[in-house]
Amino acid sequence: MAKVLMKGNEAIGAAAIKAGCKYFFGYPITPQNELPEYMSKEMPKVGGVFLQAESEVAAINMVYGAAGCGARVMTSSSSPGIALKQEGITYIAGAELPCVIVNIVRGGPGLGGIQPAQSDYNQVTRGGGNGDYKLLVYAPANLQEMVDLMQEAFDAADYYRNPVMMVGDGMIGQMMEPIEFREMPSRFELPAKDWATTGTKGARKPNVINSLFLAPQQLEDHNIRLQAKYDAMKANEARFEAYNMENAEVVIVAYGTTSRIVRNAIIDLKEQGINVGLIRPITLWPFPDKAFDLVPETCKSLLSVEMSMGQMVDDIKIASNGRWPVHFYGRSGGMIPTPEGVMNKVKEMVGGAK
Amino acid sequence: MLNERIICAGFGGQGVMLMGQLISYAGMLEGKEVSWLPSYGPEMRGGTANCSVMVSDRPIGSPVITDDATVAMVLNLPSLDKFENDVVPGGKLLINSSLIEKKATRTDITAYYIPANEIAVELGNPRVANMVMLGAFLELTKTVEVSSVLSALKKTFGESKLHLMPVNEEAMKRGAAAVK
Repeated sequence: MAKVLMKGNEAIGAAAIKAGCKYFFGYPITPQNELPEYMSKEMPKVGGVFLQAESEVAAINMVYGAAGCGARVMTSSSSPGIALKQEGITYIAGAELPCVIVNIVRGGPGLGGIQPAQSDYNQVTRGGGNGDYKLLVYAPANLQEMVDLMQEAFDAADYYRNPVMMVGDGMIGQMMEPIEFREMPSRFELPAKDWATTGTKGARKPNVINSLFLAPQQLEDHNIRLQAKYDAMKANEARFEAYNMENAEVVIVAYGTTSRIVRNAIIDLKEQGINVGLIRPITLWPFPDKAFDLVPETCKSLLSVEMSMGQMVDDIKIASNGRWPVHFYGRSGGMIPTPEGVMNKVKEMVGGAK
Repeated sequence: MLNERIICAGFGGQGVMLMGQLISYAGMLEGKEVSWLPSYGPEMRGGTANCSVMVSDRPIGSPVITDDATVAMVLNLPSLDKFENDVVPGGKLLINSSLIEKKATRTDITAYYIPANEIAVELGNPRVANMVMLGAFLELTKTVEVSSVLSALKKTFGESKLHLMPVNEEAMKRGAAAVK
């Protein structure tokens, strides 16, 4: 299929519909409004449902209901809106239902701003809701990757019966890039949704969808089963890209649009005789711990570059387990790191230009 | 090697976003790597709007232009004030002299003065001032072919607006002539 030029938010919608999404429930918030707008226009054409809910809380609970019926369902929002959805997200995780949640992150805390940010790293990887639950979290760096991952996001949600989050930022939501909608073969064998509440027609016992387990032993058993699922996700779903690692003195860890800025800085630093590698997590949870086994012996320290005040640093420390000191460079509030800023930080770390 | 970093800026309604999209679209049709990044935010009606466009032979890293634009097209005064300093030495600054009386202050870049609104009015459609600027840009930089921009415009217009193609094409020609 030929390439098309599309805005990120619209491309997400197109990719979701292509992946079989039939229900979308949302509530407007900048910078992701083009996504529900696109869905409102396109969903009816495929026999699907677009519904603008009265609030984010209502939208996520509609997702809960549709997912319980076995439908492919999605919602989207941005940071403060995602904060409002947290109760529903933990219910969906607790009830083991599949759905995809798109989070086009903007600056915080509170209402914050509307410009690009990555300051919800902790919220998306730790879970803003209560209890021992995890989301599978993808953080694509460009529109093609975002589109390619959408099929996988829906498939993984169905396979693990777990909410999956697609994290972008205002930049990836608003920008246009050429995209090719490719056929992505599914990595998963998807069983029939025999747990869905679709009506018994008197032929079977009712299916029950629930996250309430009042008996402690029952709830512990539930948690142990969930944990086994998260362990399987950790073993099989962590993804990353490594770039320019050979003979790197410093290895930068950056994801999403920030990794693109870092890549520019790496090319410029190479011209100045400083070799810097990049580990780009494609999944934020599970965090790609194995990527750090690729860090070469020449590397003296790691650098986290983020559009936050350093939320990913802890995960880098855990993954690298004391093998290298971890430095941080970031901007926040909607300010975007510049290649020069990244280069200056690297030069400071290696002791000036060569 | 082609690696243009282009800023299109003006006030809302002048069509600066469309200019950038047409350059991106045309670049894509030619098999080049492109990106388009708009400013977005709580702008006032009549306030400034701008977009950053990359057209390159290499895959595009960051779509953000900080202070390294190879070309800036400014259609109103606030845009000149805001973006003149973001052009690299040796870069090009295209100024809509119909609305901007001020001259460029820098001497290490080349400034071109295009009376885009006056030309558009002469053509009978004041709304094609952006296409006049785009025509001048294409003449000066050859970033993409005029024919590719016209293909992109045709796709953008769709059936209902095809009758506007001739005046847009003429506007691009007049823009090109203004900087020859």
